[in-house]
Amino acid sequence: MKRVVSALLAGALFGLGLAVARMTDPTVILGFLDLFGRFDPSLAFVMIGGVGATLIGFRFALGRAHPLLDSDFHVPTVKAIDRPLVVGSAIFGIGWGLAGYCPGPALVALAGGVSTAFVFVPAMIAGSLIQRFVFQRRAGV
Amino acid sequence: MHPWLSALFGGVLIGLSATLLLLLNGRIAGISGIVNGLTQQSRSDEWAWRAAFIAGLMVAGGAAMHWLGQATPSPASVPVLIVAGLLVGFGTRLGGGCTSGHGICGLGRLSKRSLVAVCVFMAMAVGSVFVVRHVVGVSP
Repeated sequence: MKRVVSALLAGALFGLGLAVARMTDPTVILGFLDLFGRFDPSLAFVMIGGVGATLIGFRFALGRAHPLLDSDFHVPTVKAIDRPLVVGSAIFGIGWGLAGYCPGPALVALAGGVSTAFVFVPAMIAGSLIQRFVFQRRAGV
Repeated sequence: MHPWLSALFGGVLIGLSATLLLLLNGRIAGISGIVNGLTQQSRSDEWAWRAAFIAGLMVAGGAAMHWLGQATPSPASVPVLIVAGLLVGFGTRLGGGCTSGHGICGLGRLSKRSLVAVCVFMAMAVGSVFVVRHVVGVSP
């Protein structure tokens, strides 16, 4: 139960951060990605603030034997730079540039009642399910 | 507040959230990964923290958007939004992360895998915007 409450609070802080940083506004994202137009550096400041905090915070957190509310850390162990990583990230990048939404801001915009998020989010979930279906068929599961 | 300063501040809040989730629950705050876990059959305690994180994200984020008076839609048309959504969902699941999982968390863990992912999706997104705005010539 404690883990559910802590996840709720962390999620709320994350959503607040996205809104304060204006990452929920696709025109801000597209302004950053448009290097050859009216460039908006906001996303770079978000990354500096966010990665700056995790560089310090994660070192502190992972320095502990275990998390405060669980017996083990659940961090990715895969290290390989393989084809799925590169191809998947490339496909994600194309979609991100088309609409200006990545998963977090799209979900927040949906909750905020923004019309375009109501189209984007169901398509995003469908895309994720299609990937799982294709991958499971190929893996023969 | 100057938009660059609020971007920096918002970024710190996101990084603090990711730190809290790791310190308390030992979990990575990658939005695509957390959502994907919800669409998979798994144990109920695995499901509960994910649902709680997404609920907190949506309720607090949606409310904050309104306080701050932002509800700008995407300039993309409905067909483009559908294609974009499909690509983002498919790509983040195949690539094992998005802007938060690979970007905020992966870079914070000094993961080479995440650094490669971030460089690839940033480059492709810049290319995607370039084609839409400067080759096809659709400008919002």
